[in-house]
Amino acid sequence: MIKFQNVTKIYPPSTTVLQEISFEVKDGEFISIVGKSGAGKTTLIRMILGLETPTSGEVFFRGQNISSLEGDYLQDVRKKIGGIHQDYRLLLNKTVFENVAYILEVEGLDDIEINSQVPKVLEAVGLSDKLNNFPEQLSGGEQQRLAVARAIINHPDVIIADEPTGNLDPYNSYEVISLLEKINKVGKTVILATHDKEIVNKLGKRVITLEEGRIIRDESKGRFLI
Amino acid sequence: MINLKRAFSFALTDFYRNKGISVSAIFVLTLTSLLVTGLFLTHGVSSYLIDTIQNKIDITAYFKESTSEQDILSVKDEILANAPNTKSIDYVSKEDALSDFLQRHKESEVFSKALIEVGGNPFLPSLNIVTGGNTTQYEKIAEILEGQQFEDIIEKVDFSEKKATIDTIFSITRSVNIVGLLLGLVFVFIAISIVFNTIKLIINTAKEEINTMKIVGASNWFIKAPFVIEGGIFGLIASLVCLLLTVIAVLALTRFISVILPGFSLVSYFFSNLFLILLIQIAVGVGVGVVSSIIVVNRHLKV
Repeated sequence: MIKFQNVTKIYPPSTTVLQEISFEVKDGEFISIVGKSGAGKTTLIRMILGLETPTSGEVFFRGQNISSLEGDYLQDVRKKIGGIHQDYRLLLNKTVFENVAYILEVEGLDDIEINSQVPKVLEAVGLSDKLNNFPEQLSGGEQQRLAVARAIINHPDVIIADEPTGNLDPYNSYEVISLLEKINKVGKTVILATHDKEIVNKLGKRVITLEEGRIIRDESKGRFLI
Repeated sequence: MINLKRAFSFALTDFYRNKGISVSAIFVLTLTSLLVTGLFLTHGVSSYLIDTIQNKIDITAYFKESTSEQDILSVKDEILANAPNTKSIDYVSKEDALSDFLQRHKESEVFSKALIEVGGNPFLPSLNIVTGGNTTQYEKIAEILEGQQFEDIIEKVDFSEKKATIDTIFSITRSVNIVGLLLGLVFVFIAISIVFNTIKLIINTAKEEINTMKIVGASNWFIKAPFVIEGGIFGLIASLVCLLLTVIAVLALTRFISVILPGFSLVSYFFSNLFLILLIQIAVGVGVGVVSSIIVVNRHLKV
């Protein structure tokens, strides 16, 4: 599904963030990408979303070279990826309902379908009583659950979570990771970038460990070992 | 279609939710539209002023009583041949002059008595000439009338003091027009910069949101349209506010301007140019609002 092929990223003048990264993500996998801060996790995630281009090498999404895509072609790929970010990246001027509905509006669904689907997803993440609240009226945990709802509403092929628990307490972190596990159980691919040792060890899934921009370990049932 | 409907709905919702910002954008757009409208109305007043002065009679040539109409008309032809751009030359016969005089002073007994005392028709046939303020034309006509060619039939030539007045007014209006236009352009430029920066501030606060919209796969059009429509709404409301303020100002000022410029009705001028004024106000309001939005959003769409 996603393939990194000898990817190197150097920020001018000479800061190397990723070096010769190669790995593949298969449909339905749950992968944790771990490493210290500055190891290159976020750059790697941003490359999948087409927000960064490799200095050399290629990143493929279902066979398409992401860095060669532009305009609507790139946006079509982004629609197939549900993103969850540490800073939530919510639309602050829209309500909880509207934030989730926006994804379906981008897809061109009609109001009847939107009004039927959005409440179901918000119920699944425990926000059905906050439909008309604005993101700033929610707690950190609620905002991240809203981000999860937004990421899954259009049934994307893959969910990418970049430090989704970075700003959350252990209880809310557990809730968000549980949601990701549930999503994976129904067959969706999940890529989780984190430096939370406890979460990774508890998951018992594939772990790719990054250190100074290089992959130092890639284990199918890995642990957080740095 | 569904996307267009949504773009309008997003724009209206944003407009309502950011009331403070919307009001400030409308305020600066209204000021810009008012400025342009003010320039338009000032131009109307000054054009009328120049036109009125230009249409006053410059030269009146009085002919001897015995001069035949044919001879007078030949003078008229001579003038037209030498000064073809003369605005108008009207032949006024003795009889016309008398009836015009009687008509003008029909309520005054003193004039009627004076006429009886003089006996008969004391008026001379004449040519009333309007040059339209062109100095060269004026001099040419004066030359013909004062030349030897018509010495025998012309009794006297009255030159009004208009030439000097016209010269002065022309030099004033020319300076006023140049300075006014330059100042107007500077003010309009400043106003547009303020509008642009206000809209830039509004959209900059949405920069993060625009990035997020791009990351979740929204097309450029889907992101841009609501901002552009919102800019249009700002402009449309500003145009309406400006129109309302202009109507109030015109109604309040019309009496005052009539005192300074008798015969000029600001209200009539305004309403006879209403379509053009509306067009200018909408073009300035909506145009500046929409174009500013497009420029600013485009800057944030490169994600």
